[in-house]
Amino acid sequence: MTPAKSAGRVTRHGTVPDTTYDVTVIGAGVVGAAIARELARRPGLDVALVDASNDVGEGTSKGNTAILHTGFDAVPGSLESRLVREGQRLLTAYATESGIPVEPVGALLVAWDEEQLAALPGLLDKADRNGYDQARIIGPEEVRAREPHLGPGARGALDVPGESIICPWTTTLAYATQAVRAGVDLHLNCRVSQAGRRGGRHELTTSRGTLRTRYLVNAAGLHADTVDRLLGHDDFTVTPRRGQLIVFDKFARGLLTHILLPVPTALGKGVLVAPTVYGNVLLGPTAEDLDDKTATGTSAEGIAALREKGRRVLPELLDEEVTAVYAGLRAATEHDDYRISAHKEQRYVTVGGIRSTGLTASLAIAAHVTELLATTGLDLAEPGDLAPVRMPNLGEAFPRPYQRADLIAADPAYGTVVCHCERVTHGEIRDALASTVPPASPDGLRRRTRARGGRCQGFYCGDAVRQLFERGGNFERGGGSVSG
Amino acid sequence: MRRERIVDVLVVGAGPAGLATAAGLAAAGAGEVEVVDRDQQAGGAARYCAHGGFGRLRLTGPQYAERCVAAAVGAGAVLRTGVTVTGSPDALTLDTTGPRGLERITARAVVLATGARERPRGARLVPGTRPAGVFTTGEVQRAVHGHRQRIGIRAVVVGAEPVSFAALDLLRSAGVEVAALVTEHPHHQAPRGRAAGARLLRGVPLLTDATVTELLGHGRLSGVRLRHRDGRTAHLACDTVVFTGDFVPDHELARHSGVPLDPGTRGPAVDSAFRTAERGVFAVGNVLHAAEPARVVAREGAAASAAVRRYLFDGDWPSASVPLRVTAPLAWIAPNRLTPDEPGDSGDGFTLRITEFVARPTLVITQDGRTLYRARRRRQAIPNRSLRIPGSWAGRVDARGGAVRIALGTGGG
Repeated sequence: MTPAKSAGRVTRHGTVPDTTYDVTVIGAGVVGAAIARELARRPGLDVALVDASNDVGEGTSKGNTAILHTGFDAVPGSLESRLVREGQRLLTAYATESGIPVEPVGALLVAWDEEQLAALPGLLDKADRNGYDQARIIGPEEVRAREPHLGPGARGALDVPGESIICPWTTTLAYATQAVRAGVDLHLNCRVSQAGRRGGRHELTTSRGTLRTRYLVNAAGLHADTVDRLLGHDDFTVTPRRGQLIVFDKFARGLLTHILLPVPTALGKGVLVAPTVYGNVLLGPTAEDLDDKTATGTSAEGIAALREKGRRVLPELLDEEVTAVYAGLRAATEHDDYRISAHKEQRYVTVGGIRSTGLTASLAIAAHVTELLATTGLDLAEPGDLAPVRMPNLGEAFPRPYQRADLIAADPAYGTVVCHCERVTHGEIRDALASTVPPASPDGLRRRTRARGGRCQGFYCGDAVRQLFERGGNFERGGGSVSG
Repeated sequence: MRRERIVDVLVVGAGPAGLATAAGLAAAGAGEVEVVDRDQQAGGAARYCAHGGFGRLRLTGPQYAERCVAAAVGAGAVLRTGVTVTGSPDALTLDTTGPRGLERITARAVVLATGARERPRGARLVPGTRPAGVFTTGEVQRAVHGHRQRIGIRAVVVGAEPVSFAALDLLRSAGVEVAALVTEHPHHQAPRGRAAGARLLRGVPLLTDATVTELLGHGRLSGVRLRHRDGRTAHLACDTVVFTGDFVPDHELARHSGVPLDPGTRGPAVDSAFRTAERGVFAVGNVLHAAEPARVVAREGAAASAAVRRYLFDGDWPSASVPLRVTAPLAWIAPNRLTPDEPGDSGDGFTLRITEFVARPTLVITQDGRTLYRARRRRQAIPNRSLRIPGSWAGRVDARGGAVRIALGTGGG
């Protein structure tokens, strides 16, 4: 165990502290939070994690396909390939320990024509070169037997049993929670607009005053190029690549058992159909290169194109209700690989170009970045163990509070269902509001509990959830009426 | 541990339909009749409808809901609120969660009265960003009447059917300016006076033949984009949008119970005695036909209680029934199965829905080419409004024949 250190602060307004941090991480997405957590393992460091938005994981980390990759299809020999492979192992173990829902459902890359079928051996070989030896090619009968609701015409598939689905929200939140509990300061609503140096320290001009730090890590995701330029580097440009996704109703979950991937083409990885750990089915993403880093809207064309693709893969999917449609932006660059580099003279590390595999690779990226920080001169003590976190379970494959007689007997608030579609109880909402990194909005509360995220989208519970959110963490233990 | 219990009848949903069924059964001495509802208070959606016009006495929604509750409890039904049904290991056994723990309740008869909800923005596939300020009428009703929450400053109401005008009144009473009502149809679908009142007295424009094509804004809604049928586009600034109507049955429990649905209504398929395809499982109210007024579903509840009672006393359950199928522009019919050769079971008539305006339509009902019913309506058929037809023709349906077809014909009748 690390020597007892008091918990860090979570701030959303006011001036940032007038101290000099040892390390500041810009960007509280899954990668930045993982880096802050890794640094928290090193005794004696004062670490800050800052983000422009009002919550952790508000950018790319909240709107993705929520897959824990094997890395079977990475570019062999790339940094991404190595970090995804290592990260997959690390995150799988971490998820078990901290209660992040993961379901090892496996993936099938389904070939729908001769050309795609002919591409499978090459993909199998690529998986091998990426150090993944569990993949194999299966014939049309086995594909049909394993996915009976698949549309007609599947010619075969590459079976990748190691692919899993994961909860991206809990992952980011677990890292941030553990980091803050171990002493990291989390400053939100804190946009970095300028970077300067004085006396060998970085002076960051933020929307909440000047933040001083000896070492700096740029994990700003979509804005990593902008931050990099503040530091005088022009190594890459982030071109936001929009991915629109459709979330289907829980009744669609019975239509598939695996993540169904298309055979990748020169244009990208294509549109997948995948279960989610919350019991829904995801269809997407599109891949549209944009120049607006705020263009997180969906489009009629995008939705129509997805439905067309989904109809081919899983015809019955289209008969089910849609729960939500959303879009996320990947931080694509002009380079094939991650852009992680140390600038020794500046005591600065850039973590750019982290795309869809960033969630999987996050813990490995964090370890790699910490090593790079050491090469820029940061004195690192031997890593200690952090106090373990146990996150509230949002996954359907594990017992949720509404199903647990023991919890309800101890505290009836876990038997008071507030959000009926997602079966979220009063106790869970209360706990989230009183947690280490509390939500800043009803949407933040949704990502911590699933409340208001179901098929009715608030028709029944919207007012009650808003009411609880506005009351904040001021609850008496023991439940009580939620609509009084 | 789950506590296991047995009751005679378990009614799921304490809205007007479920309560009327329970009241009828309890009054007739049908044994232990229990009603469970996931809401903290019984009464259903009516509780949030402050406007008048409920029941014969034109009560307000909350007054009406209170009467429904009083009738059921007064007759001897046991009412348990704050209890959510979370699953159904078999059709006559339901698992529940409540503050007092987990239960598994087995009943001789189960009545599904789970009601309906409005499709939210996502289900309607409306593109754009995902800002705050996007509602359904149901959510606004609860927010205003339940919690007196602030809704917004300037709203666009999507829809122009009766519920849309109710949303308009509600928003205005909550201090929200309504910028416009938008409907994809060529006309509104509300009573003439209602629409004229909104337009003339309150100056709220009605935009017809127009679709909301995009929601705009980050954090909070900043506006909506519209497209007119002729291709013109427009931008309306607003911080609130309310998606009204487009009701869909809350069929979750029905599907978990293995009850087959009707492809048109998306609610459980039932015959005129509210019997589903699962022995002992009945369905009543707006889970069958989203959504009819409270007085209609309460009348159904009374009729359903007689059918449930007959089942409890003689155990009879039909072995076969004939499906009813509609042809476009008809959207659905409820009930949607017929059990012929059953004495006195032509029911209370049928409810139909149409997807477009048709002046004086002729309804034709046939089975295997044989005409069972043909009648010209005196009035225009209006989308999102019900058409009612009597059940007089049901006795002529052949139990061994094919599906009964309901279509629009030409000419008089």
